[in-house]
Amino acid sequence: MNVAIFILFGLLCLGGAMNLLLQRHPINSALSLIVVMSSLAVLYLLLGAEFLALAQIIVYSGAIMVLFVFVIMLLNAGEEERTHGSRAAYLAGIPGVLALFTVLASTFLTLRISFGGTRLGSFLVTTGDLSRVLFRNLLLPFEVTSVLILVAILGAVVLARKEH
Amino acid sequence: MNILIFVLLNLLKVAVVTVIFLMAVAYTVLLERKLVGRIQNRWGPSRVGPFGLLQPLADGLKLFLKEDLMPTAVFRPLFILAPIIALSCALISIGVIPFGENIRWHGVDMFQIADLNIGLLVILGVTSIGVYGIALSGWSSNNKYSLLGSLRSSAQMVSYELALGLSVVGIVLRTGSLRLRDIVNLQNTHGILSWNVFGGFQFVAFFIYLCAAFAETNRTPFDLPEAESELTAGYHTEYSSMKFAMFFMAEYANMITVGCVATVLFLGGWSSPFGNLFPAFGGPLVQALLPVFWFVLKVFSFLFLYVWVRGTLPRFRYDQLMGFGWKYLLPIAIVNVMATSLVLAFHG
Repeated sequence: MNVAIFILFGLLCLGGAMNLLLQRHPINSALSLIVVMSSLAVLYLLLGAEFLALAQIIVYSGAIMVLFVFVIMLLNAGEEERTHGSRAAYLAGIPGVLALFTVLASTFLTLRISFGGTRLGSFLVTTGDLSRVLFRNLLLPFEVTSVLILVAILGAVVLARKEH
Repeated sequence: MNILIFVLLNLLKVAVVTVIFLMAVAYTVLLERKLVGRIQNRWGPSRVGPFGLLQPLADGLKLFLKEDLMPTAVFRPLFILAPIIALSCALISIGVIPFGENIRWHGVDMFQIADLNIGLLVILGVTSIGVYGIALSGWSSNNKYSLLGSLRSSAQMVSYELALGLSVVGIVLRTGSLRLRDIVNLQNTHGILSWNVFGGFQFVAFFIYLCAAFAETNRTPFDLPEAESELTAGYHTEYSSMKFAMFFMAEYANMITVGCVATVLFLGGWSSPFGNLFPAFGGPLVQALLPVFWFVLKVFSFLFLYVWVRGTLPRFRYDQLMGFGWKYLLPIAIVNVMATSLVLAFHG
């Protein structure tokens, strides 16, 4: 059952990602991205990360993608034109991606024993567990990240403000 | 055999809840027309059936038999998808709401479809997805009024969702759980005195929730997405027949869901306002159904408030709406969260 759901939503995620690249209209691409985000949420749920799954839906599929769609609607962006692609992408991009994928896959496969694995649906991280780790063991990184985000917001406001 | 009974009972439960919910949606429309009629000193629908009680049936039949127009310049896939997203998101949320005590029959919880650890977050998540129904309908219609309506609506919903989310944080802090049953059980002890809105000192949060909920459901005084005097009908201008009916049903279903959530979070859910003041009476059946009665009564009074506000308040201007959400509601909500956590840290 768990494996079936994993395969279903993994395929949905990959299909959405492919569709995101292949679609020519920006709004279709944005909608495919929503599909990708939501199926990732289901995969998180399968691993027992219930809070993370719903946060993914609320923050990414909900708030951020609504803003994406909002901007596309506001600019009324048309269909993009097809190009043949750059030579650099063919020569360096595709081999580079393949090499990176091979390195990552082999690293994960060799380190699998020392990382320790989990079975799908075998454990549950409740919101309480998550916040205990986040606010006790990882308090400093958490606070530093929040300051970073605050700085980013201030930067966006400064950039967006009109000169008088 | 046991598995079979379990599955059948669950299916039956889902079917019954869905049918009751859809009937409630239909009769909320009638309630609104009747009450607004009385507020404006006229009768409202009174011709179909006794007191106009069969009016929803006639309305539904009319919408079902209308021609389904498909304008030529629309973006067809999204034009069809948008009302489906709107209605399904409006109908899903009812699945996590508890409307009675945890009474099990053959291992099936009779008064809640799904009891989730993160029920509250599921409701927020479904609401945030529901924005797409309105956003896409306006864009795919290829009509300037629709587009303006949906732009307003998505901006409004995203802005007020922050205040909505922050207003319920106080409740979660008090309960220490995102499970809706836990939230109700905490308010279950001393009747009205232990409800979050009174005993929990969350009346500020309740006010913020009310405002944000009115904005989230696009109701007066925040119904700018369909302001008829400037936008014809807003995002559903180009829709007809059942597609229009789906938007219409989604709006009223959202009203009911928001009422259910307000009841569960702030008004003690299914618990009686008298607590244990009166001795238990009647058989087990009465004792099982009495909480459902209290729940329905609370949701009904919330819907009554919705209609009352629509009959009394004029519409906000767009900049007033945004200013109110960002400059007043959001800071007040943050202060409320801080105050609640300080009190809980020193006394909790």
